[in-house]
Amino acid sequence: MTTPMVKFDNVTKRYGALTVLDSLNLEIAPNEKVAIIGPSGSGKTTVLRMLMTLERINDGVIYVDGEPLTHMHKNGELVPADEKHLRRVRGNIGMVFQHFNLFPHMTALKNCMEAPVHVLGLSKKEAEERAAELLDMVGLADKKNHYPNQLSGGQQQRVAIARALAMRPKVMLFDEVTSALDPELVGEVLNVIRKLGKEHNLTMLMVTHQMGFAKEFADRVCFFYGGKIAEQGTPEEIFNNPKEERTRQFLSAVLEAG
Amino acid sequence: MFWDWNYVWEIMPQLLRASVVTIEATLLGFLLAAVLGLVLAILRMSKTSWISVPTAAVVEFIRSTPVLIQIFFIYFVFPEFGIVLPAMVAGVIALGLHYGAYCSEVYRAGLENVPRGQWEASTALNLSPYITFRDIIIPQAIPPIVPALGNYLVALFKETPLLSAIAVLELMQTAKILGSQSFRYIEPITLVGAFFLVMSLVAAALIRQVETWLNRSLRNPGGDR
Repeated sequence: MTTPMVKFDNVTKRYGALTVLDSLNLEIAPNEKVAIIGPSGSGKTTVLRMLMTLERINDGVIYVDGEPLTHMHKNGELVPADEKHLRRVRGNIGMVFQHFNLFPHMTALKNCMEAPVHVLGLSKKEAEERAAELLDMVGLADKKNHYPNQLSGGQQQRVAIARALAMRPKVMLFDEVTSALDPELVGEVLNVIRKLGKEHNLTMLMVTHQMGFAKEFADRVCFFYGGKIAEQGTPEEIFNNPKEERTRQFLSAVLEAG
Repeated sequence: MFWDWNYVWEIMPQLLRASVVTIEATLLGFLLAAVLGLVLAILRMSKTSWISVPTAAVVEFIRSTPVLIQIFFIYFVFPEFGIVLPAMVAGVIALGLHYGAYCSEVYRAGLENVPRGQWEASTALNLSPYITFRDIIIPQAIPPIVPALGNYLVALFKETPLLSAIAVLELMQTAKILGSQSFRYIEPITLVGAFFLVMSLVAAALIRQVETWLNRSLRNPGGDR
């Protein structure tokens, strides 16, 4: 078997007395598309936030492309990673947020150039070419000199996707990226993600409430409940033949809501 | 005669020269305060408690003691430790320190008001802490606090007469010398007061201008659609 691109090895996350994730074990193969679904508070967003190193983990180890992310090797032992190690391994991962989190004082183009220039060391010219290319890919070539507040939510989210891609990550994380959008803008963002899935070699992990999209797009669906994976399988298995009662309840509640 | 215009014209050149010193002390002091305040604010936000706690203590200490005592301390007590400073330098440092402590609280409010998502996006893009502060956080933190910083600029300006206590030849000290030479205090002191009034009003008007301009560009940094 090939090395998994992402591996959660017995990962636990607690906030005080509350255990958000309980000994999570999850392996994601290179190029695999995984959708994470589940009720709120089930720990699904925490999975992405830990992988992006926005949250520290309390126990276990996360590996990215065969290398420990949360830890590093020192004198033959695994010790908690220092900032330098985190920065190096984190470079493999990109993330798109629910509320876009674009830099409001920069144009779409500048948003996509900031990190390539200062982290990857690209020249301004190279970074600008790359940014323009990516904005073109997400259908915003004509908006590259617009500021975020001059763009619709859907356009902002597409800029955010381009900004993350500009760092050439191996893994892309999507955290409820359509939840803050007006319904008529959801499609344009999902279309970009579809295109990414087809045209790029990317491992993708998405937390989503768009069951239709998860069904069509994902290779695997993980249903989280109470800080654990309650059930996982192909979209076919989860959506058409859920084995667990909780999965059935969740899906019928979601589908009822519409 | 109660008010002597001839005397006014006679002392005017000297007072104008002194007003340059007052403005210099104000601008240098505020420059120091603005830079120091930002540094203190960032140190105070540090997650490492052996950095943030002492910084908070220093800020509280400076804010809770009178600036006149700080001026005296730097000018008269530092020499005991071998640090001898010219009066102007000592005065500017004292004003800069004192107002730096006040400004740091303003900066802190500004920095804490930048949404958490901006920090998270910076982490996700792997930006270093330095670049995150320089390019992402500070440009968003400063514009909303410009009015508050401007108020401290005016406040610092109005405190510069304290420097007369260590014989810096700013406006107040010059007026005092003129008064003691001619035994006429009414003209020099009135002129100094009028100068401060006019300059404060001008500064306040300028700050309001900057504020309106910032408000407009904050709401819509790209100008009109």
